[in-house]
Amino acid sequence: MSEMNEFDEDVPEIVKRFMYVNRRAPYGTIYALECLEVVLIAAAFDQDVSVVFLDDGVCQLKKNQDTTGIGMKNFSKTYGALDDYDVEKIYVEKESLDARGLTAGDLVIPVEVMAADELREVMAQQDVIISS
Amino acid sequence: MKFAVLINEGPFTHQASDSAYRFTAAALAKGHEIYRVFFYNDGVYNSNRLSEPQTDDRNLVSLWSRLGRDHDIDLVVCVAAALRRGIKDEVLENGFRISGLGQLVEAGIQADRLIVFGD
Repeated sequence: MSEMNEFDEDVPEIVKRFMYVNRRAPYGTIYALECLEVVLIAAAFDQDVSVVFLDDGVCQLKKNQDTTGIGMKNFSKTYGALDDYDVEKIYVEKESLDARGLTAGDLVIPVEVMAADELREVMAQQDVIISS
Repeated sequence: MKFAVLINEGPFTHQASDSAYRFTAAALAKGHEIYRVFFYNDGVYNSNRLSEPQTDDRNLVSLWSRLGRDHDIDLVVCVAAALRRGIKDEVLENGFRISGLGQLVEAGIQADRLIVFGD
């Protein structure tokens, strides 16, 4: 964005903090897939986007998913596109990983593992939170 | 205040649409502005004019349509979610329009608050 000065009549663009919170398993319901679709569209807007995975939502990022037995599309590779879309703030709740015997190394993309307390603070700083 | 509303569940199975409807009507009654109501996930079913609940039950599709008409509210149905579920212009109730997810993000940017109603 160009520098604003007193002669600049352009309306400054609004940049808000958008956080997308994934709390559910990748399959069984459509929420995970349709949330990912929102995030990929949202990335086209010049907003401050972050994506959070907690509770069963951490399983969305699990490596080596195989959906052949349930006849659904394995969309886990699409999370790799987040980086291409410049979505770099990807947070995973530590407690949710621990409870499921997972570590960051089990996930398909690099993430920032965050304790619930810390995550709560980051959530409190957001302008818009879309949870599913 | 300027509100945007996101509805992620269809009518009847979940209360989300009922709650969102009541919230929206109450906000308008208090003089607030509704920038947009966006229907996503199964929420797109709230726009299906073929919906025909029993006559002694509320009809959320017509309730939304009427509220939209009376208050000139932008009722937007997500195209990707709608196509998946067979919601097209042919079955769209009056007052709704089908558009992209960008309309949801834009509503989040423009409104003071985005209120999410889901399961």
